[in-house]
Amino acid sequence: MIRVVHYINQFYGGIGGEEKADVKPEIREGVVGPGMALKAALGNEADIIATVICGDSYFNENMEEASAAILEMVKKYNPDLFIAGPAFNAGRYGVACGSICKAVKEKLNIPVVTGMYIENPGVDMFKKDVHIVETANAATGMRQAIPAIAKLAMKLAKNESIGAPQEEGYIPRGVRKNVFKSERGSKRAVDMLVAKLKGEKFETEYPMPDFDRVAPNPPILDIKKAKIALVTSGGIVPKGNPDRIESSSASKYGKYDLTGVNDLTAETYETAHGGYDPTYANIDADRVLPVDVLRDLEKEGVIGELHRYYYATVGNGTSVANAKKFAATFAQELVKDGVQAVILTST
Amino acid sequence: MVKEIERVGIPVVHICTVVPISLTVGANRIVPAIAIPHPLGNPAMSKEDEKALRRSIVLKALKALETEIHGQTVFEK
Repeated sequence: MIRVVHYINQFYGGIGGEEKADVKPEIREGVVGPGMALKAALGNEADIIATVICGDSYFNENMEEASAAILEMVKKYNPDLFIAGPAFNAGRYGVACGSICKAVKEKLNIPVVTGMYIENPGVDMFKKDVHIVETANAATGMRQAIPAIAKLAMKLAKNESIGAPQEEGYIPRGVRKNVFKSERGSKRAVDMLVAKLKGEKFETEYPMPDFDRVAPNPPILDIKKAKIALVTSGGIVPKGNPDRIESSSASKYGKYDLTGVNDLTAETYETAHGGYDPTYANIDADRVLPVDVLRDLEKEGVIGELHRYYYATVGNGTSVANAKKFAATFAQELVKDGVQAVILTST
Repeated sequence: MVKEIERVGIPVVHICTVVPISLTVGANRIVPAIAIPHPLGNPAMSKEDEKALRRSIVLKALKALETEIHGQTVFEK
């Protein structure tokens, strides 16, 4: 019997939503939540003997302690296989699944599998280290994700050979493998070129890695004269959310005038973000968007001025394409308005 | 978003709690924050102490904006 330990967050563990995202890890015997379907998909050669549950915020704010504590819990059950998630497009959950899978693989030397949506930040962080099955972006994709994860996990547990990413459904790890093909390379290259010229579909055998990096700009020479703008992905909006920015998968951003605003209060500002406990930001939004402190620094002459407008969106399951589009648009306005530096805050 | 701002030539500092995510996203100047639901605050503190804490993080962010860097840099606590 293959002994499996499963990792899930506080939400799937039935402990609670964002208000419980700070719970410390615990381990329970047997299956919990999505473990039920996973157990069925794994078949009768494997059994989920225990489930680790940890709050997403707790894990992300205390990565080292959380990993160490969970490793100890997992070790006691002496598993042959470790499965985390799936996390879909939940960023903190994905980071937790990836980190703990990597730690278990390295320290306990057993196979690990997790599942995520391709834009989950956990993918770029851990795709080289662990097998991540590609899933839909939301839990509605659970029914497709579970069998795919179970299948790959069983193969790894039985030490069977693992095929290419597209055959097995995991996200490419950047591993190159020598294989025999019936046609030689020059012929395949020419065929690919011909297909490309004809506008037909073709698949490269060596995709180029996508390094989208922007070099750092030179520093501000005289901060006392600089015009500084605030931007946030933490969803801080005027009370009532006038632009109706969505609490997740935001399709827009807001631009808000700070003229005469010296302090964000519970009566005037709130968060529209649905991916963290809003209690603290709703009481005092300066905790996410530090307008009060910047006004003080402006008065004291530490900075030149705080830009009249701030820009806000909700960074919760928001697609990379949208975030890029928002920022590309307002960055042009910032340039036009003579802004010299930006402080961007994220929750 | 940090990359798109940096791309137009404006230096940007990212104040965030989960530094590994910021590194993955491609921020260049990174200042670690307090906690996910209150990156620039701590509700357990008195109002004055909390504001002083927030001020110290913002000052660190300004320092980061004034610092010449040659790659991704985390301005530690």
